Formats: sequence, structure tokens, C-alpha cells
Amino acid sequence: MRSSTASLRLHIESTLAGRIPSPFRLREAAPPPVVPTGIAALDELVGGLPRGGLTEIYGPPCAGKTSILHSALASRTRSEVCALIDAQDAFDPHSSEASGVYLPRLLWARCHGLEQAFRCVDLVLHGGGFGLVALDIADAPVRLVRQVPLNVWFRLRRAVEDTPTVLLVLSQEPNAKTCASLVLRLGREAAQWSVRTRKTEPTTFHTPACLLDGSAYSAEIVRSVLRYKKPRFIDQPALVGNSFEATVRFQMNADRYDLKETTYTTFLPQQEEQQEERMQDPA
Amino acid sequence: MAFGAIFVPDFSLQAAGRSEPEIRNRPLVLVDGPSPMFRVMAVNHLASRIGVTPGLTKAAAAEFQGVEIRPLRKELEEAAHAALLDAAWSVSPRVEDTAIDTVLIDLAGLTTLFRSYENIAQQIKFRCSALGLDVHVAISTNVETARVLARAFPGPTIVPDGQETASLKALPVALLSPAVELAEVFRQWGVTTCGSLAALPVLSLSECVGQEGVRLHGIASGKGNRSLSIAEPAHLFEETLELDDAVEELEPLSFLLGRLLDQLCARLSSRALAVRAIQLQLDLEPRFENAFDSREFLRKIKLPETFHCSLVLPRPVEDAKLLLKLLRLRLEANPPKAPIQKLRMRAEPDRPTALQGGLFLPAIPDPDKLELTLARIAAVVGESNVGSPELQDSHHPDAFRMQKFSVPSPASSFNLSVPEEAADSKISFRSVRPPLPANVTFQGGRPIRISFQGKRWNVLQASGPWRASGQWWEEHNWQEDAWDLELDLAGRTPARAVYCIVFDSLQKKWFVRGSYD
Repeated sequence: MRSSTASLRLHIESTLAGRIPSPFRLREAAPPPVVPTGIAALDELVGGLPRGGLTEIYGPPCAGKTSILHSALASRTRSEVCALIDAQDAFDPHSSEASGVYLPRLLWARCHGLEQAFRCVDLVLHGGGFGLVALDIADAPVRLVRQVPLNVWFRLRRAVEDTPTVLLVLSQEPNAKTCASLVLRLGREAAQWSVRTRKTEPTTFHTPACLLDGSAYSAEIVRSVLRYKKPRFIDQPALVGNSFEATVRFQMNADRYDLKETTYTTFLPQQEEQQEERMQDPA
Repeated sequence: MAFGAIFVPDFSLQAAGRSEPEIRNRPLVLVDGPSPMFRVMAVNHLASRIGVTPGLTKAAAAEFQGVEIRPLRKELEEAAHAALLDAAWSVSPRVEDTAIDTVLIDLAGLTTLFRSYENIAQQIKFRCSALGLDVHVAISTNVETARVLARAFPGPTIVPDGQETASLKALPVALLSPAVELAEVFRQWGVTTCGSLAALPVLSLSECVGQEGVRLHGIASGKGNRSLSIAEPAHLFEETLELDDAVEELEPLSFLLGRLLDQLCARLSSRALAVRAIQLQLDLEPRFENAFDSREFLRKIKLPETFHCSLVLPRPVEDAKLLLKLLRLRLEANPPKAPIQKLRMRAEPDRPTALQGGLFLPAIPDPDKLELTLARIAAVVGESNVGSPELQDSHHPDAFRMQKFSVPSPASSFNLSVPEEAADSKISFRSVRPPLPANVTFQGGRPIRISFQGKRWNVLQASGPWRASGQWWEEHNWQEDAWDLELDLAGRTPARAVYCIVFDSLQKKWFVRGSYD
């Protein structure tokens, strides 16, 4: 029996010798190359945005999606050409330049609706050569985004596969399902104001965010092809200090003042303090 | 020193066939003359085989089955002549524009490049064929001998040095193009070939028919050499197509545009040039509805007679298919308002640019492909809504303009150093365009409640106002008070959001400008 199995195996290997080097060896897929988001805490958690894959970042308004987008664009436009497909014309060039985005290397398509946005992102992905392509549908009505057929997301995934492009989608709800290589859920935790006790008088004229010093956000990995959770049986208790940390908090600051010279009056409600305590002790 | 002669037989027919390649292999007749008495001016060999002869009326020619009848058009001949010159200039810079169907080339020194005269002749024929012209080529050390032989034989004809007289001996005198009176004299003398003309004594010939006879004698004996009158290379690349039936739809129009672009690109390519810009002029069919309209104001409206469309490219392009796609997208966005009768396309030439990528440089979009992608996106979202943003020197928070997106060359320093201040993570602003109208309730000089989009929110924190104004010296001035508000989004997660609202002091209204996201 064993000899017949071995001969059969030898026969298959010799037949496929020219095409498949070792047909009985399980080949491990190499992890996709990643690019940094520009936010150190987030990069540490997720490892970066995967090239050749779809990354979906979702969350309610003011949850930090735009800040991550600008940070990623700032990181990429230093060395590559990027594209932003803006479904609701919500991109603010002044804010993005303050975040470090090199605007001459950013192709911005100001769409009016989802249909235009999906057509544009399809054109850009098939044109090729972009390091990062962002599709911003975060302000589009959730009801309409839900109606986007799943095959549209499959087509986008196929278009970006085997290319060095990062496809980043910003939305309010997860839509791409299994088509996404990385899914992040964002939430906002606290805003910091300093106008009442600011020690130094502002010398610049008014621009957005000059009265707001910053905000704290949280990000949670919902799905990632880069990192896998350890399997856990139902009857098994949750491990304290699980090796897979899926949540991270990060701080985004306003760009107008030197925060070292400013005394904050932070308006943290009681529940946020409790949440902070929870973060320190996950158990 | 050697000279080459290029001759285009049946020039008018070839010019017509060049603009409509599908009629080349059909019986073709060109008609001209005062309307309506059109007469057949030229026929190709297929038409003459079925019995059509020059001089017939157009009606009589139309009796023959399968005959294609086209008017004799000067624009087509001019375009074909320009193409012939382009082919000649692609071989040598020293070219004489001898006649509309003939050009002469100085071939001195070209054997080092092409190795032999046979190769030169083959190259000339090949390049003319690429431009839609089937030509006769002859090469000789005597410029006039080359010209006469090109008219006589399809070639390529290469005359060895010293064999000029022998090569011309059997050719008819008519090939020397004598004046009508002189041709009659030669006929009465029985001089029918170049050999018999060359045998006549020069002095006696001079006494009888003058200097013109002596000149023809020199040509017939292969000794009438002269220097070339060099033509300056033209930089005007234009093709025209006049239609018998006006074209209304974009599909047949793009077919015609493709034909013109193919011709232009072939001409430019023969001169090692590429297209930097395209100017398209479409002559529209005149409309008569206005003239018969009883309403006076409608009759006074002047309808456009021509339609102009221009395409300026960020880098020179050689691909006719790419240019056609770009033109088509442009015409789809802005179509002509009436059927088209005539097309005139002019190309602005430029040196083609060569791009070389680097192994260690990041991939960038292919410039040609990117141009097409941009045009397609512009067709979807509008031309003003695609590009890269450029901040304007203004205090207005939303002051920017869109500029055309272009990719920097890989040779330039692509990797930029990250500025210190950009390395920090910064909160970003998300605009609402156009700003949403809002209602704000104040208490004690601070906003406590705001409503927009049909919903009402309580204000938890408010900072402001920040008063700003600008462009007071212009009509479109602005003046506003800005507030940053933290709203209690009860029932939503997160429960709070920070918005920027402004009070427009000129309109006396509140607007939501955006949010901090």
C-alpha cells in the first residue's frame, strides 16, 4: 500500500515537474507589503496599510477617519503619487497641507454622489501607478452605501490585487465584508480645549482648529489578513493579556499652537475616565 | 554626388485615395468644373478598364456600375503634397519642392547612413507608402535625369554614373514636359524619343527653337545638371476632410477623426516629431430653419458656422489611438450643435520626450495612460472637478483652486524629506460644501443649541467667536465669525462631535462649515 502511494506520488510529481515544483508542499502565502499610516500607535497595532489590498476604515462622524486619511496621504505623497476620490467633496486642502500632504502629488476627484465615485475609483485603479487610492464615502448616506452590491467591492479588490497600490475606503459602516484585507473601526474619545486658560496669545489669524487643541480616538481591528487571532473554544475563558491586542488609542493635535506652552482644560466626562481605567486593565 | 527624385503618379487620385483608403481599390473618378456641368478630370486604372474616360460628364460617368465619383479637392492635394515633402525630409534635409507631384532630394553623404542607393530608394518608397502615397523613385548623379526617370518608371531606378544618356535614350520626349509649341515642332521633325533629340546638333537646335530647345537637349542627353533650390522644412501639419453628406453622430465622426489623426501622426513620426496640441475646426452645416421662421427675433439669432475644439497635452504624444480617445471624450462633453460638413485638424509639433524609469524609484502612472484616465474622470465629474488642489494666497479658510494634475518626471528628486511639523499626527478638518444653513440659539453670549439638516443638538462646549474678513476691496468680499462647537449627539456613538460653524455677517446667516474628524 505504502509503496503504491509512494509510486503514485512520484508519478504525479514527475508529471507536474515542469509546471509545479513541489505539488504536495503547502505553500504559505507571503504577507503583503505594507505602508505606514503615519500614526505610530496605529502602525504598531495594525502593521500598516497592505499594498494590493482593500483597507476599510469606518466609524461615525468625527471619529478620526479624515485624520488617518490625511496622515496616510502625507506619508505616501512624499514618495509616491496618490489619488483621492471624494464622493461628497469633503476634502479640505488647507487642513491636509497642514498635516503634511504634498498636494501636487495628489489627484483629487470631486464627485457628487456614489455612482460617480465608484466609476472614478475604477478608472484610477485601472489606470495604475498610484501608491495610494482613497475612496471617501464617509459622508454619503448610509442607506445608499448599503445598497452598493457586493460584486462592486469584489471588482475593486480584483482591480487592486497584485498591484503596489493601497486602496483605502472611508465609510460610516463596514461594507466591503470579506473583500477587505484590513478593517478598522474608529471611535472618538475626548476633545481638548484650551481657549480659557491659554497662556500665550495666538499670533496667527483664525483658521479652523485654532480653538481646538486636539482629540483622542480609539481604533479597533475588525479584520486583518496581516494578523490572526488565536482560536479560542467557547467553553474556554478569555485569556488575560491576549497576545492579539485589537484596540489602540491615539491622539491627534491641532496644528496651530505649541502644545508645550499651553495649559489644557480638558473636558473629560466621568464615563471617559472610567473607560481610561478599562484600557489600563483589560480584564 | 547623387540626387533622388520622387514622383507621385496620378497625384489627384492618390490624394483622394489617401483621405479615403477604402476607395483605392475601386473604380475611382474625379470630377471638376463649373456646376452643374461637372466633367471627369481623372480616372484610375480600374475605372478606365470599365470604359470611363476623362472628359465625360458626371452623369455619364455615374452610368458605369460601381464607379466612385469624388470632386477634385485642392485641400486634399495640398495635404498629400505636404505628406510627400515630409517623407522627403525624413530622408534628407536638402529637398527641392519641384512640383506638386514631384520632389528632388540631395543624397550626398547618405550612403554612410543607408549603406547603398538601393536601400535609400527602398526607404523612400516605404516611408511614402506609410503616408499613403505610392511613388516612383529614381536616383542619378544628374538631377534632371533622376526627375525624368522617376516620371517614366515605377522604380526604384538607379542609374550608374555615366549611363545617364543611355538610360534616357528610349524615353519619349513628352516626359521632358516641353511647351505645346515646342512639342508640335518636335512632332513635325519626327523627334519622338530623348535619344533622337539628343542626336540633334545643339547649334542648329538653338537657331530653330531657341534656348528652351537647348535646355531640353541637355536634359535628353543626360547633361543638363543644375543645383537644387532647397525648401525650408515646414512646421505646419494640417489635414482636411470635406464630406459630401454631413455627419451628425459622434460614432461616424470619430471614425473620420481617427483617419485624420492617423495621417497627422504618420507625418509627424516621419519627421521624428510628436503632437503637443491638436486644433480641430468643424465646419457646420448651415441651418435654414431660422431663415424661414416667421418670428423676427429667431431669424436674427446668428447660428454658429464653425465649431472649435482644442486639445493641449502635458507632454508630446505619438499614439493616434490615444489622441482619438482624448478627442472623443472632449467632444462627448461638448458636442457640436449641428451636423458637420468639413473637418480641419491642425497638429502642433514638438520633440517627443523619452521617459526612463528607475529600478529603485516608485512606480508612477504612465503619462499617456494618466492623460486618458484624467480625461475619463473629467467626463464623469466635470473638468473643473479633477486635478490637484493649489492653495491660494488668501485668508479665506476655503481658498484654493484646482490645477491640472501632472506627474513629476522620475528623474527629478521624487523622495521628499518629511518636514518636522508634518511628522506629528494632526487633527483634520472635513468640509461641508456648500456650507449647510443652521439655526443657532444663544444664551449669555454663547451658543447653547444648534439645528441643521432638520435635527437639533445641544452645545457642550463652545469656543469663539473668531472674527475674520477679507477681500473688502472686491465685490465678493467676506466677513464672518467662526465658532468651534462640541455637540452632544445624544443616541449616537460617539456621543460627541466637534463642528465649525460661521456667522456670515453680510448675509446675516449661520452656516456649518465642517467638522473636525
